[in-house]
Amino acid sequence: MEKFDVLIIGAGVTGAMIARNLSKYDVKVALLDKENDVGNLTSNANSAIVHSGYDPVPGTNKAKFNVAGNAMFDKICEELDVHFERVGSLTVALYDEQIPVLKELAERSKQNNVPVEILSAEEVKKMEPNINPCVKGALFAPTAGIVDVFNFVVHAVENAVDNGVELFLNQEVKSITKEGDYYKVVTQKGEFLSKVVINAAGAFADRIASMVEAIDWKITPRKGEYFVLDHYKAGLVNHTIFPLPSEKGKGILVTMTTSGNYLVGPSSELDDDPNDVTTDPPTLRNIRAQATEMVPSIPFNQVIRVFAGTRPTCTRHDFVIEYAKSDKNFINVGGIESPGFVSSPAIGEYVVERLVRPLIELKEKKDYNPCVRKYHRLYNAMVEQDYKFVNEHENYSQIICNCEKVTLGEILDVLSRSVPPHSVKALKRRTRAGFGKCQGGFCQPRVVLILARYYGVSPMEISYDGEFSPILLEKIKGGR
Amino acid sequence: MRTIDLLIIGGGSAGMAAAIQAKKEGIDDILIVERDENLGGILNQCIHNGFGLTEFKEELTGPEYLSRFVAQVEELKIPYMTNSMVIDMTKDKIVTISNKDKGVEIVQAKAIVMATGCYERGAGAIQIPGDRCAGIITAGTAQKYLNIHGYLCGKRIVILGSGDIGLIMARRLTLEGAKVICVSEIMPYSNGLNRNIAQCLNDYNIPLYLSRSVSKVIGKDRLEKVVLSAVDEKMQFIPGTEMEIECDTLILSVGLIPYISLLDNIDCPASSTKGAKVNEHMETMIPGIFSCGNCLHVHDVVDFVTDEGRLAGHGAAMYLKGELQRGNKILVTPKDGISYVVPQEINRDNQEDVTFKFRVRTPVKDVWLIIESNGQQVAKIMKPVLIPSEMVMVKLSKDKLDLIKDEVTLRLEAR
Repeated sequence: MEKFDVLIIGAGVTGAMIARNLSKYDVKVALLDKENDVGNLTSNANSAIVHSGYDPVPGTNKAKFNVAGNAMFDKICEELDVHFERVGSLTVALYDEQIPVLKELAERSKQNNVPVEILSAEEVKKMEPNINPCVKGALFAPTAGIVDVFNFVVHAVENAVDNGVELFLNQEVKSITKEGDYYKVVTQKGEFLSKVVINAAGAFADRIASMVEAIDWKITPRKGEYFVLDHYKAGLVNHTIFPLPSEKGKGILVTMTTSGNYLVGPSSELDDDPNDVTTDPPTLRNIRAQATEMVPSIPFNQVIRVFAGTRPTCTRHDFVIEYAKSDKNFINVGGIESPGFVSSPAIGEYVVERLVRPLIELKEKKDYNPCVRKYHRLYNAMVEQDYKFVNEHENYSQIICNCEKVTLGEILDVLSRSVPPHSVKALKRRTRAGFGKCQGGFCQPRVVLILARYYGVSPMEISYDGEFSPILLEKIKGGR
Repeated sequence: MRTIDLLIIGGGSAGMAAAIQAKKEGIDDILIVERDENLGGILNQCIHNGFGLTEFKEELTGPEYLSRFVAQVEELKIPYMTNSMVIDMTKDKIVTISNKDKGVEIVQAKAIVMATGCYERGAGAIQIPGDRCAGIITAGTAQKYLNIHGYLCGKRIVILGSGDIGLIMARRLTLEGAKVICVSEIMPYSNGLNRNIAQCLNDYNIPLYLSRSVSKVIGKDRLEKVVLSAVDEKMQFIPGTEMEIECDTLILSVGLIPYISLLDNIDCPASSTKGAKVNEHMETMIPGIFSCGNCLHVHDVVDFVTDEGRLAGHGAAMYLKGELQRGNKILVTPKDGISYVVPQEINRDNQEDVTFKFRVRTPVKDVWLIIESNGQQVAKIMKPVLIPSEMVMVKLSKDKLDLIKDEVTLRLEAR
């Protein structure tokens, strides 16, 4: 049985950031996930925004880590070659009686050390021509941003693996017991021994924590459904547009994404089952009604997909980042709901420097490299009107995904990296192949054949998402 | 930068026909850009027969039909590039082409024919409720897996939508040993051609449920079940009408949309067909850019795509020779019961016959098709049956066109 210094359960954005921070040091780290890819659940089904931090209650973990995490995004996204833009957010007041709320939020921002500005109706309309003309004003938070959440997690784990972290996918933790100085972590596929265990299991963090001791917090999952709109020339909004926050959360937003698409959502429904990511017409209708209050002209005929994600809302209503009561060698990092994504770099640093450092020796690696190998894309070449790389490298002008202009070169590149995609969806998240208006109608057969050829298996063995989700069920007579 | 007189984007039925026509009219500097390995477009995967009845008075398979045009392209020595895609285009017809082997090249075209075909609406576009597991696939993609690559996407199949590709696939999958449990259509009538309902469903005892749609998809990794529910007139599910069906695959045949991102990017006006707005020469509102085939409006018969391709090729040839008439515009408007008409405008000084192509909104019987201009009747034609799945064509001769003033409307009237 392999022995590790630190074992992290959950390769979502939190686990990824903890792993990347640990990979600076000379320690043996295992990163486990029950899914077929990293960041496969909550981390890939959210609003894809980097909150400024005006909203969390001052003094909470949420406020502290949000503001600290936000400041770290420029550098990390540079190192990890991830698309990130500080587009700013607008929290809009549609009625006169909401103006005092904007002022309260501005006051809260001040306490949280977040720069904001209250804008007049005219200023808001100038910045967002499609906003409801009845708008009365807005809170502008310039440090808010949008980020490619898929590749943020993938590249972070890739960087961690490049620096020595060992990744184990499709490993669902069944039990955790203490054996001498080590924890024995048993999955459906094997056993691991580790001195320190970090629970970053997202919507399942309370279940993992309960394997070690009785806990006084619980995850009460809240499902959020979204519409995804295609990118289109005329454009919809230039910032993230929020309504005023309510008890249920930050409300239904309308935002641009780093790929130029638009997200409309999320709903906020209590759901006992953290695995439930279904969508339903009444909820979507409700989102539509609320979103069009802020932006009346949302072209819902541009919708190319709907999806849902699970918020790992915690009964403490704050992040749980602490040692287990019975043993310091077990660290819980739970309840990382919004603003969890933006907080992840700060959480990763805190967990390693403040919680892990007292437990084991952290000696810096000499050859630690914080950067991933540069990613090249035909789409970027188009934006920059510079086709030098594309013309000098094979396969970068052979288009596989027509809608998103993804080339064979890009696909082979991600396959050659240290966290390669094993499913059509994992490949889609990394390259955007299948993300466009036809949603893989044209490129999916090409992608399946490329994956099959690369892994040397039959196309019938290629999964759509999970390990056991084949796309093709039978070969016909004469089939290749 | 190299210049090309006529750039044809898409080497399917429409693009090849346009190229052949332009070549015959004396345009020599032509380039067809095709994204796939071979010319022919989607017909390559349509291995069933029924193509060519109008064009050749024969019943051909898709590959047979397309090969006749490939032969002409070769014979006329029309240059083409496969494995190539136009990734960008400006209003001034500066075109960026990405080729598998040659890299990215930027060329200046004098005229362009858009023949980029259409794409299928998927599960996201129609917001199917429930899970998003493996086993949900559009009919055309399932057809590609089966007919080009030799793989069955499923064994127990429900088909949503009665579009022609879905119907064709119902038969094809049955012949390959899969069980097609039913076809479910949200509308109270089928969206496929009558001959396909007869030959692909009735002949194989596959039930067609009308006014019914998928109200829930259930499946963790791979599809396990779908729930079909009846819908009311507002297309809302009626509680208590649920039918739960165990299946491993849901095939979607829920509509085709013209694929015109390149035109959207240059703000080329679109019509209600979701394709570009065009005149009688299939010229878009940007002079010298023409559009034809399924990227203009989705056709049900390929022979008509070919015909429209020729029209665009002819228009482009006239444009290049400076012969295109540019008189005052006559606007063409569909009214009462008609969902769209192509073309959307006619040049006043046009010297040729014009064919209007249109579709009805809902099935109708015993109606007059009335064409009128500024309140005056130009033509009145009896139509016994019209259905939305069959495109209707009406030719107006030059002498009738002379009766038209500055606008023309097409409408239906009960007899």
